[in-house]
Amino acid sequence: MAEPLLSLDDLAVHFKVGSALAGGVHTLKAVDGVTLDVKAGECLGLVGESGCGKSTLALAIMALIAPTRGHIVLDGRDLQQRQRLETARTVQMVFQDPYASLNPRQTVRRTLADPLRIHGVSDKAEVEARVADMLARVGLRPEHADRYPHEFSGGQRQRIGIARALILKPKLVICDEPVSALDVSIRAQIINLLLELKDEMGLAYIMISHDLGVVEHVSDRVAVMYLGRIVEQGHWQEIFEDPRHPYTRALIAAIPDPFHRAAVSARAKAKGEIASALNPPPGCHFHPRCPLKADICVSQDPPLEAIAAGHRAACHFRDRTG
Amino acid sequence: MTGAPLIEVEDLKLDLDDGSRRVAAAEGVSFRIDRGETFGLVGESGCGKSITALALIGLLRPPLSIGGGVIRFEGQAIQHLSAARQRELRGNRIAMIFQEPMTALNPVSPVGRQIAEMFVLHKGKSWREANRLAVEALASVRVPAPERRVHDYPHQLSGGMRQRVMIAIALACGPDLLIADEPTTALDVTVQAEIIDLMAELCAAKGTAILMISHDLGLVANMCKRVAVMYAGRIVEAQPAEAIFAKPQHPYTQGLVDSLPRLGERARRGQQRLREIAGVVPSIQSYPPGCRFNPRCPRATDICLSVPPEIAALPADGLVRCHHHG
Repeated sequence: MAEPLLSLDDLAVHFKVGSALAGGVHTLKAVDGVTLDVKAGECLGLVGESGCGKSTLALAIMALIAPTRGHIVLDGRDLQQRQRLETARTVQMVFQDPYASLNPRQTVRRTLADPLRIHGVSDKAEVEARVADMLARVGLRPEHADRYPHEFSGGQRQRIGIARALILKPKLVICDEPVSALDVSIRAQIINLLLELKDEMGLAYIMISHDLGVVEHVSDRVAVMYLGRIVEQGHWQEIFEDPRHPYTRALIAAIPDPFHRAAVSARAKAKGEIASALNPPPGCHFHPRCPLKADICVSQDPPLEAIAAGHRAACHFRDRTG
Repeated sequence: MTGAPLIEVEDLKLDLDDGSRRVAAAEGVSFRIDRGETFGLVGESGCGKSITALALIGLLRPPLSIGGGVIRFEGQAIQHLSAARQRELRGNRIAMIFQEPMTALNPVSPVGRQIAEMFVLHKGKSWREANRLAVEALASVRVPAPERRVHDYPHQLSGGMRQRVMIAIALACGPDLLIADEPTTALDVTVQAEIIDLMAELCAAKGTAILMISHDLGLVANMCKRVAVMYAGRIVEAQPAEAIFAKPQHPYTQGLVDSLPRLGERARRGQQRLREIAGVVPSIQSYPPGCRFNPRCPRATDICLSVPPEIAALPADGLVRCHHHG
């Protein structure tokens, strides 16, 4: 089997919060032992609720936060041995809010040309040609290059954000909720564009989203995160049609489903809200909300174990279905 | 038909004064909600759905104003009531839940007091009695340990708990109509499901009608009996919830229903390109003439460019505003 493009091994990112003078210092385990692979050209959907650590995980892969423990191997080499610029040529990010993530004082041309110059493309004609090519690929016109972000609609801005992420021809793009800030009628355009570009440029994606409809549509594999840990991962069809972790079932059951098309019944809904990562429940982190909770869940932390090849779940009752 | 509808909106026009001129932020808005009915108003940001709700509850403030039309509550026109009469209705007979509970709650007042206030203002209770009722109200929205929670300030509660407090305040006086404006948009999906279930259950038990406002067609169709879709300041289609998904008549509604990836779709049909709605949402200042959807519409013809379509009736009290519907 080919070497994965990205490989996380027992990755942990912990933060110290509080002060010794006021209540003491606590450790917040934002990411706590994540092991995960992304192959070249595949789309990994990453789902979970706010506070589960998915954005911290993204920042660690971008080398913007140093891991506390574990390794990130990107394109065959450990992230810590890579140069910052070299990492930026391999992995890029598309952000949620296209209003906040573009520099309002830079023209689109400058936003797209700066990365090229920083990465050593000095020939003006080449910079110009690559900017024009990228604009065309994301569905913008050449004259858009001289405009400023405020002159564009939300959907067009997200196209600029995508162009910026792709201008260096990365191998992996982390899309952090790329459509949730957009108008509903615009979302399909951006999802279609992302899928087209993936095929055209042979990109791998990590698609972070809370919209399971979108995740099911775009992902090859799906990982579900809860309080810093992966609780289930597998092929998209396994996750959506035979989910084994009660949290995955709760997420699917929570989606409004006017046609009752989901493979999970409404009884699988979770109770209450995600606990604080500062003080996670003992044993299985999900047990206070879980309909299957038993004594063992409070005392023992379930390992992420295989159900079938590539399908793993961290639940003491992973063999129960439905 | 039995009796007058609970609320009836007829040809409502809402003006926006943008400093130099007045533009219609919404116009020709007509719908009615019967007692105990759940009614959904769906649309994208800027389509006029939230300001319609604010007009119903008498909270429209400059630069927005009512430019025409009638809002009747139990048969009586309420759009020009005095401020004092409006306050009697608001909170008591018509209540509202907002999108972001952190900004809708008073940050410097314990949540119990904010609930108790409703009983003091509208029901003439003493503070002692009202405080006792506040504990009951918190218990009814299933906040654990309500007798302790009443002393908490909003920042001490999670987002889901805050929205429960909002529901407790809104339902405290047993209103006839609850307006919920994107009540779960700021919440996580599993919490959203709980809050929606709770709201639907409490309102069904008390016979409270719900006007649910959201951009999420699936959410609204799941919860409401009838759904109206707004686009660029006008209602373009209204139908029973099942029909809006199964047989949408307006090209915009059809686009919305088709464009969203739905659970289970890929397993049945494989990964297909999503149907797109072309173009962008127009801004209030630049609504196109004729049908406002015409620049994005696959069926647009000459008439759509110049003549705004009239309302055509559909079965089951439905309506559609399109020259080429169906």
